[in-house]
Amino acid sequence: MSKEGVDAGRRRFLTLTTSAVGAVGAGVTAWPFLASLSPSEKAKALGAPVSVDIGQLEAGQMAIVPWRGRPVWIVRRTPEMLDTLGKVRSQLLDPDSRKPQQPDYIQGDARSIKPEILVMMGVCTHLGCSPKLRSDAGAEDLGGGAWLGGFFCPCHGSKFDLSGRVFAGVPAPLNIKVPPHRYETDTRIVIGEDPVETKGTA
Amino acid sequence: MTRREAGGPALSLSKDGRREAGKMAGWLLVLSLVLGAGPVWASGGADLPFSFKPDTGNVASVQRGARNFLDYCAGCHSLKYVRYNRLGSDLGIPDDLLQKYLMPKGAKPGDTVLSAMPADAEKWFGRVPPDLSLSARARGPAWVYSYLRSFYLDPSKPRGVNNLVLPGASMPHVLGDLQGWQALHIETSKDAGKPGGAQHRPAFERVQPGRLSPAEYKAWVGDLSNFMVYAAEPGRNDRIALGWKVLAYILLFWGLAYLLKKEFWKDVH
Amino acid sequence: MAIVPNPHKTTGFLGWIDDRFPLTKLWKDHLTEYYAPKNFNFWYFFGSLALLVLVNQLLTGIWLAMHYKPDATQAFDSIEYIMRDVPWGDLLRYLHATGASAFFIVVYLHMYRGLLYGSHRKPRELVWILGVLIFLTLMAEAFCGYVLPWGQMSYWGAQVIISLFGTIPWVGPDLVTWIQGDFVPADATLNRMFALHVVALPLVLVGLVVAHLMALHEVGSNNPDGVEIKKHKDPKTGIPLDGVPFHPYYTVKDLVGVGGFLFIFAAIVFFAPDGGGYVLEKPNFMPADPMVTPELITPAWYFGAFYAMLRATPSLFGSALPGVVVMFAAVLILFFLPWLDRSPVKSIRYKGWVSRVALGVFSVSFLMLSYLGMQHPTALYTLLARIGTFVYFTYFFSLPFIARFEKTRPEPARVTE
Repeated sequence: MSKEGVDAGRRRFLTLTTSAVGAVGAGVTAWPFLASLSPSEKAKALGAPVSVDIGQLEAGQMAIVPWRGRPVWIVRRTPEMLDTLGKVRSQLLDPDSRKPQQPDYIQGDARSIKPEILVMMGVCTHLGCSPKLRSDAGAEDLGGGAWLGGFFCPCHGSKFDLSGRVFAGVPAPLNIKVPPHRYETDTRIVIGEDPVETKGTA
Repeated sequence: MTRREAGGPALSLSKDGRREAGKMAGWLLVLSLVLGAGPVWASGGADLPFSFKPDTGNVASVQRGARNFLDYCAGCHSLKYVRYNRLGSDLGIPDDLLQKYLMPKGAKPGDTVLSAMPADAEKWFGRVPPDLSLSARARGPAWVYSYLRSFYLDPSKPRGVNNLVLPGASMPHVLGDLQGWQALHIETSKDAGKPGGAQHRPAFERVQPGRLSPAEYKAWVGDLSNFMVYAAEPGRNDRIALGWKVLAYILLFWGLAYLLKKEFWKDVH
Repeated sequence: MAIVPNPHKTTGFLGWIDDRFPLTKLWKDHLTEYYAPKNFNFWYFFGSLALLVLVNQLLTGIWLAMHYKPDATQAFDSIEYIMRDVPWGDLLRYLHATGASAFFIVVYLHMYRGLLYGSHRKPRELVWILGVLIFLTLMAEAFCGYVLPWGQMSYWGAQVIISLFGTIPWVGPDLVTWIQGDFVPADATLNRMFALHVVALPLVLVGLVVAHLMALHEVGSNNPDGVEIKKHKDPKTGIPLDGVPFHPYYTVKDLVGVGGFLFIFAAIVFFAPDGGGYVLEKPNFMPADPMVTPELITPAWYFGAFYAMLRATPSLFGSALPGVVVMFAAVLILFFLPWLDRSPVKSIRYKGWVSRVALGVFSVSFLMLSYLGMQHPTALYTLLARIGTFVYFTYFFSLPFIARFEKTRPEPARVTE
């Protein structure tokens, strides 16, 4: 064994090249493994848009629709409920919904396409519990006269107004998410799809 | 040194002829283990009247096959593992055409291809028409192709037809109006006396023409068989396309590894 | 309190580690200062390749287990779910299924290398015995994995193999029920096969592989000449004159083997993932049906030889036990090989023509048995299988006698180039 006459440059070049090519191969091989963990076609099929008829939903009532395994709330708000939205603004963390918790066609105090129909994920932005609709204004356990109705999360006491905007001083940091949705007809909502002319409504 | 280089294969060859022979024997052994089964693989369709080489790369053919399946087979047979949207994206069928021509009313894009078979199918056919998602893998493409071409008139059967590939098949000849009707003659060739039974060459004779000419029907069944191969493994085309790239990469790596090995082993030899 | 400085004089982060963990020591002992004979040939690729395949099986296996459902009503569907709905799932499964066959190819060639060059001989008896244990574990692992897709071959394969235990006198039938956890192969059977396949047996396998390598590195590698390189050391350094450091010399050489292997492996995975019915059998694309047995029950190809021996052995007093005994004996006899082979030389290179012919006949009959195990047993095939079985055992039992009379060529003192 001898190292006489070894071309060190060639040896280093070949070592580096083979290592680099091998590393690229290993990296590319890792891709199928990592990609296989993303949602499967079955999960996507189950997460497909759902179509809901809200013709039967009465004022002040809430319907809960599963979409992608999570509850989606549809609330037909009364004019009194809509009135509260302006009154609570000063107590809210993000009254103008600046944080990207909703599609860009969801704006204003009502956070909805049609003012009276609220479509919202039933998921607390704190740790993912599902809050309750508490439209009983003045409820003793929620602050008496200051409570004008809204959503209350039983897990850690976060409070939201009737548009899902979070109150200041509660654990939840963000407004509740609004899923993409559109009106197929006047009374039929498709959850999971944006309106056909997004630009027009935005 | 020169001799080593002239040696060719990616393994350094020694001066010892005996070892060289041993090495060759080794490679041959591996090759024979890997490829030696080749003739056995090919013989899979030895007993079938027709041979068929699937080509799922022919997307137009697979598309026609999908239409053929949904027109003629989907009434009774499901493809419970095949999703409509996957079908659309794999075969390049736009969503609106998919919904309009291939999907039944009310089906969602993520749904799988289910049959419209009533629950009491067993009463009508003697058994529930099986799901066909995997038939091309469980039976082989040539089997599917042969089966669809091998219905013949047989008055002894309740439905008046029998099938050469699946004798006593409970399925009626649904494609009879396309193919027409054929009779079976067993030609006894000169080898017929020998054991094995494969010496009987079946010959079909068209008794009544159908809407398609024999050549058209052959192509029609070919399309359908291509589709069945696709349905049994939707990833087939992607797999083959990726395979060439992977092999090219491995060759590159192999070449570099060989050069690297030669470089280091200069120390030893 | 000062730490005793590590003997490798490493500093910095590595030094900190080395003061507390033998990292540099392990690296040197097993790679840069493990001296392997410089005359390894083609046959010496298969050890590292077996390790590569093991890693492939572990990784793809873990990933498949993330999507598979060990439930008799869902298992088959979950395989198709992997094949179609999981992104890249088909590739993961093909890698795992082809890997199983590749595992046996490289392990058989690795074992055959031992036969050729006497790698089982003193002082490497334990290396060999640990290797045979790996082979046994691998067989159990492969069988359990074969059952998991719960297709027709899975089901009937489980039925046939588990029934073998039923031939044991007195306790057989109860044992079968106990193994199955039911009166037929059923959900409980599948569930325990899953536990064994993904947890218990891989643990044993990895442990045995580590022990196999530790034993090997303790005694040093054999070589095609079958002479001990440790007998001739450089007086100054104590390094065997015919040895080269495993790293970099054999790591770069093994890379060439890896490249060649991967080419063949990828060719099968991407262009013939069914392996012509040997990697994925056609009947296993049909869900398990306890009412209908497929026309030809064949074992996976890698069990073919042992299955042929099972079938070739006639039953005795109405019991199929002899076949089962013969089949297990065919594996167990491998444990005794180090003491059966008593030739003064290790390598086939210096043995006489009797040894060569014997090994040749043995090889041919093993390949023949592997083929016969996958065919319908006709009268001719049964006869051939009996001859093959006879040759298989005769080979081992003749070794001590061949050693006694055979004239061997003198071994060289040093390895030949």
